[in-house]
Amino acid sequence: MIFFDNISKIYNHASAALRNITLRIEPREFVSIVGTSGSGKTTLLKLLIREEDPTEGAIFLDGLEVSALGHRELHHVRRRVGTVFQDYKLLPVKTAAENVAFAMEVAGRPDADIAEDVPQVLELVGLGDKMDSFPRQLSGGEQQRVAIARALVNRPDVILADEPTGNLDPVNTWEIIKLLQKINSMGTTVMLATHDKEVINSIDKRVIVLDKGEIVSDKERGKYFV
Amino acid sequence: MKTVTIRRMAAAGWLAFRRNAWLSAATIMVLGLTLFVLGNLVFVGAVANTALRSLESRIDISIYFAEDTQESQILAAQRDIETLPDVRDTAYISRDEALARFRERHKDDALIAGALDELGGNPLQASITVRAQDPMRYAAISQAIAQKNYSGIAKINYFENQAVIDRLASIASTIRGSGAALALFLAFVAVLVAFNTVRLAIYTMREEISIMRLVGATAWFIRGPFLMTGVLYGIVAAIAVTAVFFPLTWLISPKISILVPGFNLFPYFLSNLLQFFAIMCITGVTLAVGSSYFAVRRYLTL
Repeated sequence: MIFFDNISKIYNHASAALRNITLRIEPREFVSIVGTSGSGKTTLLKLLIREEDPTEGAIFLDGLEVSALGHRELHHVRRRVGTVFQDYKLLPVKTAAENVAFAMEVAGRPDADIAEDVPQVLELVGLGDKMDSFPRQLSGGEQQRVAIARALVNRPDVILADEPTGNLDPVNTWEIIKLLQKINSMGTTVMLATHDKEVINSIDKRVIVLDKGEIVSDKERGKYFV
Repeated sequence: MKTVTIRRMAAAGWLAFRRNAWLSAATIMVLGLTLFVLGNLVFVGAVANTALRSLESRIDISIYFAEDTQESQILAAQRDIETLPDVRDTAYISRDEALARFRERHKDDALIAGALDELGGNPLQASITVRAQDPMRYAAISQAIAQKNYSGIAKINYFENQAVIDRLASIASTIRGSGAALALFLAFVAVLVAFNTVRLAIYTMREEISIMRLVGATAWFIRGPFLMTGVLYGIVAAIAVTAVFFPLTWLISPKISILVPGFNLFPYFLSNLLQFFAIMCITGVTLAVGSSYFAVRRYLTL
């Protein structure tokens, strides 16, 4: 379970990225966070992996107080939360397989597991035949699928996806969304931040709408109207 | 740290070294140039030191004794002078020896030989030649000897040659001092250039460092491969520079021998080869690893 307890993130006196957010997300949920640019979606996700620190409030991930972790302990939460970014964030000098393997090496997993799991998870995202390609040799959609494989490979409790389809064409967008739904159906919590109306309306799951750093709507099986 | 972690960091360092071949080559080049400058400083230092030593060893003062002074008195004075601080060594030149040397020096000059024969006896004085540890100390030594008031002293030639001796001594000391300052400055510049090159190389990878951090790598798991790459840079640069010095010292060795007689650069390099390589290796690795450590730290804040 993820719990944001009265979170505020203030960059300067004039503007607050997030204001008094209290939010509870149950295991296995698929939650879409929507809102215009600057509404605070990305900040909310960044707080959960402590890419940013909250100004006020506390954040919990299954009893682990994420907001209280020291700088040297941050890797604990980052290994339990897989993250997918709009710009993929793959390591350019590593192949697809090495990028995925890196997340396992980082977590100290044995070589045998790495040899077994990496091809499996790349197969799952449909890249079984591109394991030895470097990111520059892959299309945007393929790169994003490598990133999803990397986020997935340590069997995280939660997958955060921050505008994962922002740079993709409609066909690739649907591929990625279907993949996220599949991952969710296998038992992983998914938090998807997006401003793509069609995507949200087709998912038909819980939708949280942010505006100027505040939650303005939170509905099960929600739709997104602008 | 577990062995599997160390193995993975080493493998990642090697991979980065290989896959960023151009960046590695450029960094090694600059690091090699730095080591080359430092290596040159070592050799120039050795050559200059030999030259200055030979210059300084030619400076001495002589104490002349009146013709009727007993040899035992002069020898007693010599023993006493040897105990003075700052005195490196002394030599006694008897009247006969002085005459023999004089004749030898002027053996082609019939006029002088004739004049000596005309005189009949030995007109030269016995003397003690004194060399100091440090040529700047001749004034103090001469003062001390004058104050001892040994019987039979006719003159101390320092007081006549004072200007020349002091000039030579101060030239030698200025060269030593400014040479050391120049060497230090050059070394500082070279180190700074190497440091900035490594930093720039890592600057190009700042994005990757933050990605690794977000994927859940600890600071050490990220730093390790960079330090490993730094070790490789240092060793490769040291090997390259040592290899370059082989033909270089061989080529300029004869020229240096003309400039500074008695100094053979190539044999000097060969006999200090292991030491030289060790210094290059340690300096190169320390520079690259140290620079990497500080450069990576800047991007590990996430």
